[in-house]
Amino acid sequence: MSLAPAKKAFNVAQVRKEFPILWRMVNGHPLIYLDSGASAQKPQSVIDCIARYYREQHANVHRGVHQLSQQATQAYEDAREKIRQFINAAHAHEVLFTKGTTDGINLVAAAFGRKFLGAGDQIIISTMEHHSNIVPWQMICEQTGARLKIIPINKRGELLMDEYESMLNDRTKLIAVVHVSNSLGTINPVTEIIKLAHQRDIPVLLDGAQTVPHMRVDVQALDVDFFAFSGHKLFGPTGVGVLYGKQALLNDMPPYQGGGDMIERVTFEKTTYNTLPYKFEAGTPNIVGGIGLGAAVDFVSQYDEQEVIAHEQDILEYATKKLTDIDGVKIVGTSANKASVISFLLDGTHPFDVGTILDQLGIAVRTGHHCTQPLMDFYGIPGTARASFALYNNRADVDALVAGVQRAASMLL
Amino acid sequence: MALQQMFSINQIQDQIIEEFGIFDQWMEKYEYIIDLAKKMPLIDDQYKHDRYLVPGCQSRVWLHAEMAGDKVSLTADSDAIITKGIIALLIRVLSNQPAAQISQADLYFIDKIGLKEHLSPTRSNGLVNMVAKIKSTADTLKRCH
Ligand SMILES: Cc1ncc(COP(=O)(O)O)c(C=O)c1O
Repeated sequence: MSLAPAKKAFNVAQVRKEFPILWRMVNGHPLIYLDSGASAQKPQSVIDCIARYYREQHANVHRGVHQLSQQATQAYEDAREKIRQFINAAHAHEVLFTKGTTDGINLVAAAFGRKFLGAGDQIIISTMEHHSNIVPWQMICEQTGARLKIIPINKRGELLMDEYESMLNDRTKLIAVVHVSNSLGTINPVTEIIKLAHQRDIPVLLDGAQTVPHMRVDVQALDVDFFAFSGHKLFGPTGVGVLYGKQALLNDMPPYQGGGDMIERVTFEKTTYNTLPYKFEAGTPNIVGGIGLGAAVDFVSQYDEQEVIAHEQDILEYATKKLTDIDGVKIVGTSANKASVISFLLDGTHPFDVGTILDQLGIAVRTGHHCTQPLMDFYGIPGTARASFALYNNRADVDALVAGVQRAASMLL
Repeated sequence: MALQQMFSINQIQDQIIEEFGIFDQWMEKYEYIIDLAKKMPLIDDQYKHDRYLVPGCQSRVWLHAEMAGDKVSLTADSDAIITKGIIALLIRVLSNQPAAQISQADLYFIDKIGLKEHLSPTRSNGLVNMVAKIKSTADTLKRCH
């Protein structure tokens, strides 16, 4: 039995020191970075890990007789094991390296779809999905004749669970929903979603892109079948991500892409495939990405989860209160159960204008539809301005945002 | 507008650069642009239609061009006010000019008045596409006339 290492006390001032980019100026102001939902910044440990890898360790993985290749392979597979622990998967080979959330969902849509979907079958997604959890399903539906069913939501931005339950039927082959909404912040009741689906033996995929930066996930406790996330939103490198899948399902699925690494034996007559996880990892992988993601997992794992959640919830509540106090500000996404993401509108202005003024003040927010156009259509708006917070944000960032929105209001209205 | 016909595209650009010279703070500049947007003549409703939408990304931009004598007359609108203010400047420079001049115009004033980032392809505000569309429309009109 191994003892879990003692957690480092969470102190936002200390955390901020680990992110060099937070020291820079933008448009003559200190950067206030409130766009971690789009991509999080990188701590020094991840930056160092990437530089060290290229300086000292790089070679191709899984192929070499030589020392460097073996060390690179070891480092890459160590990262996989770290991620296994991070999400508490039963096996490291259930952790597939991908390019990111989008890539993971496409993998499931293509491979699961090819094997299990036919004309008249149904896949359930929700109104608040990111385009990357809509379009891959539309594409596979077009190929197989399956159909998409959409869980409706209420104005607060919460799934209508009764409607969801009544949508489940014998033709339902998969549920694919977002765990934490990138546009609204809503944390969906995934335990309930999975329980209801499993009563009918329907597997569930969770889009965890916005989950892992804010809270720990235990894939076994959740009993989720597929869980996809991106490295870059978790303080790790871009171009790498993870698809967790249950072994039995992954074994049942045909390979996604063909190439090197994913084969056992190739002849012109017939090729047999490698075992998990390599069956789904064709070609030279993003080695440095995987190793960098391992360093990012180390970074977030050093803090006590509850302390980080308490900090982010404090920021969320503080920002919600301060923004709502501004005349004309309306928050989009008002579920009681939210991660630290705030979408808002300023009456009589276009989000793009608000974002432009904030940018002049060195404040980075995202504006637009956040890749959730059907959700914006539901609200009848072209988009929102969105402030998304990470563990390195503090109340001073919120104060700057609030002052910026007030400034925007006085200029635009 | 009528007066401006006497000035060339570059003369108008130089006037704008001079006018912006008095601003030393971004706020004053943006307030001026917002003011221009608020004063901009409205585009005729019939042109605020998807058919006239410039493919952009976040802010929507509508553009209508027609020949008025031997010049191209431009009207446009946007749902984002800063975008609209910059459109007002672009129209002041490019409208009521001969098609051949428009299609060859080098819009250096945007850079000189410190708004270059608004005309960058990474900005997704539709302005880059708008300028491209003005130029290609001018090209077409030039050939038709
Ligand atoms: C909820 C959600 N799903 C999916 C994605 C896609 O992630 P990526 O672009 O890293 O593949 C994002 C990120 O934008 C997201 O927020």
